[in-house]
Amino acid sequence: MADADVKAPEAPAAAAAPAPTAEAGAAGAEAAEETPRKPVDPDFEPEIIVFACHYCAYAAADLAGSMRLQYPSNIRMIKLPCTGKLEVIHLLRAIEAGADGVYAAGCLEGECHYLKGNLWARKRVNYVKTLLEELGMEPERVEMYNMSSAMGAKFAEVATEFTNRIKELGPNPVKREGVNPHAAARAALGGVAMPDEAGSSTAVPVEEGHAE
Amino acid sequence: MITADRKPLDEIIALVGDNKKVLVAGCDTCVAICLTGGEKEAEILASELRIKAEQDGRAVEVEHTAAIRQCEWEYLDMIADKVEAADVVVSMACGIGIQSMAEKFAPKIVVPAVNTNMLGMPQEHAVWLERCGACGECVIGETAGICPVVRCSKSLMNGPCGGSHDGHCEVTTPEKEEIDCAWALIWDRLKAQGREEMMYINRPPKNWSKSSSGGPRKMVREEAKPV
Repeated sequence: MADADVKAPEAPAAAAAPAPTAEAGAAGAEAAEETPRKPVDPDFEPEIIVFACHYCAYAAADLAGSMRLQYPSNIRMIKLPCTGKLEVIHLLRAIEAGADGVYAAGCLEGECHYLKGNLWARKRVNYVKTLLEELGMEPERVEMYNMSSAMGAKFAEVATEFTNRIKELGPNPVKREGVNPHAAARAALGGVAMPDEAGSSTAVPVEEGHAE
Repeated sequence: MITADRKPLDEIIALVGDNKKVLVAGCDTCVAICLTGGEKEAEILASELRIKAEQDGRAVEVEHTAAIRQCEWEYLDMIADKVEAADVVVSMACGIGIQSMAEKFAPKIVVPAVNTNMLGMPQEHAVWLERCGACGECVIGETAGICPVVRCSKSLMNGPCGGSHDGHCEVTTPEKEEIDCAWALIWDRLKAQGREEMMYINRPPKNWSKSSSGGPRKMVREEAKPV
């Protein structure tokens, strides 16, 4: 994956997922308006934590791998039984530990396995956006996405879009050497985070055990 | 229960000042139930304070804890070690808990992270409505179980006033939401109870000296004091 071209898989994404979420679009537009920002560092590789629901986004990531779709290797996944298990502090801990961006990926609205977990997650993500604003950080560093387990292309598209967004925002101002945001987020979750399945311990989709 | 709202972060940071060791102390009773100052919220505030300090390049140590109830000496004993180790305690308890903390550990600096706002009832999850003003002389036995002191915008003892229309008060909330006219509610319920005549009770001016206007109040139960 590391040597792969990180281009968005445009055609399949368009077919499987008609449009990115309205929120993502709006946030992107806001970020674009505030552009008197420092220029994008071409060497900046963000660390992005993804809280993925076991029933949809995590399976979608597997599917993206099976489909051999390319997406940035910047994302590190943590599997949850449902995004409804995600609490404000889990997102905040990841940011505090220096994650440049954090997003939750849950089921399509109305299709949560636990009925409303993804709706709770969206509210919590939105609350963390207000906390980041209060802290003088960009609220676009956290986001909520929805997808089904059949949307491998959407998973890759979201990963690409979010990574590009964070590259434009630049590094998290509280990033510190020697602090691993993925480990910190996992530790904050404690027993809530589900163990990764063999062969998919991170978001590396193509090379690991998905032979045709 | 007692409800409170969190203060803005900048205000809390200003209260913390230059102190290096900060303890954010939640309270796991009323303010935890109203989702403002329990252990979870203390952890969130502590994280925010650390992130802000890191951004500003200030070397600050921020820990969090929570007492089961900050308004009782015994529960404060349980977090004494952490309090003693801190330069400043940011208390997320109601005003009672904050003052108990400040008194117990005086002269430790204890600052509030919340604005205590009312004695409220959770009308639905995450919505609280004021129901009691702790006025010291309850009248709701005559007013169908509806408090005119806090639910009437003017605290009228003999309502309604001319500002009552279609069951609403002439006053609205700061968010421009309608407020129910307490005296219209009282009339409706008295009617349902067949006790309309209670509407005609003429209440003399209320004795506010039993409320906070009479100075700090004290309650003693002699029969319950330890021997």
